[in-house]
Amino acid sequence: MTMRIGSRFAAQTALIPAMLIALVVYCGSTVWTVWISMTNSRMLPNNTFVGLRQYESLFGNERWIVSVQNLALFGVLFIVITLALGFLLAVLVDQRIRGEDWLRSVFLYPFSMSFIVTGLAWRWLLDPTLGIAKIAHDIGFEAVQFDWLVRQDRVIYTMLAAAVWHASGLVMAIMLAGLRGIDQEIWKATRIDGIPAWRTYIFVVVPMLKGSFATATILMATSVVRLYDLSVAMTNGGPGIASEVPAKFVMDNLFERQNIGLATAAATSMLITVIAVVAPLLYLQNRAAARAAR
Amino acid sequence: MFSRKYLLSCAAALALGAAGPAAAQTAEVIHWWTSGGESAAVKVFADQFAKAGGTWVDTAIAGGPNARTAAINRTIGGNPPTAMQFNTGKQFDELVENNLLADVDAVAAKQNWKGIIPPAILDAVMRNGHAYAVPINIHGQNWFFYSTAVFAKAGATEPKNWDDLFVQLDRVKAAGFIPLAFGDQKNWERNMFNTVLAGVGGAEGFTGMWGKRDQAFVKGPVFRKVAETYRRLKGYVDPASPGRNWNDSAALVIQGKAGMHIMGDWAKGEFTAAGQTAGKEYGCTVLSNGGGGYVMGGDVFAFPKPKNADVAKAQALLATTMMAPDTQIMFAQKKGSIPSRQDVDSSTLDICAQKAMKFVSDKSAQIPANELLSPPALTGAVEDIISAYWNDNSMTTDAFVAKVSSALASTL
Repeated sequence: MTMRIGSRFAAQTALIPAMLIALVVYCGSTVWTVWISMTNSRMLPNNTFVGLRQYESLFGNERWIVSVQNLALFGVLFIVITLALGFLLAVLVDQRIRGEDWLRSVFLYPFSMSFIVTGLAWRWLLDPTLGIAKIAHDIGFEAVQFDWLVRQDRVIYTMLAAAVWHASGLVMAIMLAGLRGIDQEIWKATRIDGIPAWRTYIFVVVPMLKGSFATATILMATSVVRLYDLSVAMTNGGPGIASEVPAKFVMDNLFERQNIGLATAAATSMLITVIAVVAPLLYLQNRAAARAAR
Repeated sequence: MFSRKYLLSCAAALALGAAGPAAAQTAEVIHWWTSGGESAAVKVFADQFAKAGGTWVDTAIAGGPNARTAAINRTIGGNPPTAMQFNTGKQFDELVENNLLADVDAVAAKQNWKGIIPPAILDAVMRNGHAYAVPINIHGQNWFFYSTAVFAKAGATEPKNWDDLFVQLDRVKAAGFIPLAFGDQKNWERNMFNTVLAGVGGAEGFTGMWGKRDQAFVKGPVFRKVAETYRRLKGYVDPASPGRNWNDSAALVIQGKAGMHIMGDWAKGEFTAAGQTAGKEYGCTVLSNGGGGYVMGGDVFAFPKPKNADVAKAQALLATTMMAPDTQIMFAQKKGSIPSRQDVDSSTLDICAQKAMKFVSDKSAQIPANELLSPPALTGAVEDIISAYWNDNSMTTDAFVAKVSSALASTL
């Protein structure tokens, strides 16, 4: 008994630094950010309380609204497409085809690049006077017009394309690991029953890959929320404000525009949105876990 | 474990201590001059400072906002550099308000800044009657640079006013060149808008909008004309302009692919680097319907409160050196700007700089730059609207006016 208490004490002592860091750095900074968002701080933080005026000015700000809309559109499409594409690639690689190792590396390779490099490369590819458009013109397809990068209503899809290219390989790797973990007996059973492979995938395998899908979704969702560098490298938010994203709004106001009050109001709004999405999920998960334990 | 660097710096510190007070004048300077022409210019400061008995420790950080953020953070954190760069204007307001900067009144009095620096530039470093920064140069922000070769082929001539500009642009367009080289990024969209604002709206309009946040002006007919002229320019840029860098746009003029480029006089650095001379391969002019209309900004160095007497001495020496007549001229030659001192011999500068000196000597020809008139938060908020107006053809001029007016009213 004493030994157990002793070891628990040691374990807790060992955890103190981590807990302190979590408390002071994460919670402390969050509280401070929320407080600053209710002051009129500009370049330096100050404590002049102005209530919700920063939030009023934030939600009256067209660029912020555009940023939020962009993120919503981008986020939904990005998660759905990467999951679908990643799963398909995994199924393809899982057919025990020749050159599997090679293909796997090819698909995963984009993920080894930073968003800055990805953004720059895609910007060159999609430039209306260089890249793909120029190749098409040079080999005789004069009519090809590829100007999505410089069109306000389409530019967000070019960012989507770059991001999907970047992340699909990772989703594939996660899915492939899941697929390899599926018992071969299940495949034998469905084959005996004469169920076509595609139905087995959709109705048997996908439900069994719940864990892989959850992992991939969480990873993709976090990269959506912190989306910043791709926008900076590819379009710098342009043309105009058509490809602005919330994180970039925060960064620009925090530093370049010396407007800490507005930047922290934007950051707080992002936090509230994330909590609003995550909290119900956590609640459901907890309830499911509790039920399973019963 | 002591690294070799540590031991070396200890040895250096001992050596410095032994060498006496003169060698203690070490100045660490944070600035953002990293391109070829810029670093050549900053080397002038370093060399002159060394000649005067100081030691220059260079902390160059690429990108103005990054450099300013680093300098501000270090100043607040209690480990300030000896000197740090800002643009002439309001960027260091809050550092003064929070009592973090040392004044340079002694140097200003000794060198008689009042008598030799244009009032708008001097005012921009004064707070409550004290000088808080060294205004080292003056940049004109609304220049038109044009390729003489392209103009000759197109039969175009140097534009004389804004109406004439569109005649010349049409000629260049008809000859098959890109009429207006443009790097379509937010800050350059704003700079181009400001060029139109200064040229068509005049000094009153410019200071009315950015400085006084004058609602009557923004809702009036002159501002409408400014907005419409600005949008008219869009018909003369090429489809690949969105996202392009300003120096790549200047390169289009240098290579003879485009006729004209609207930019501050720092663009001369690109022409010089390509071996071109003002007045030969390229020409320069400033357009204004009312005459004059030269938008003046520049760079300053500010000095955080010194921790001891040695630092204070180094700061005074640095300020004196930067403003010394020969340093001023040598720096301007490399940077493309003109000296902030008007009592120096400017005959060695190029013809664009000569034109600039003439503008700067005439008070009625000057307009203080955007950064001198409005805080970054307001500048940024309006910049977003200017950018949306340029890029979104469905946005009406009425909507633009309404948005600008509400941003001027609501920004804290």
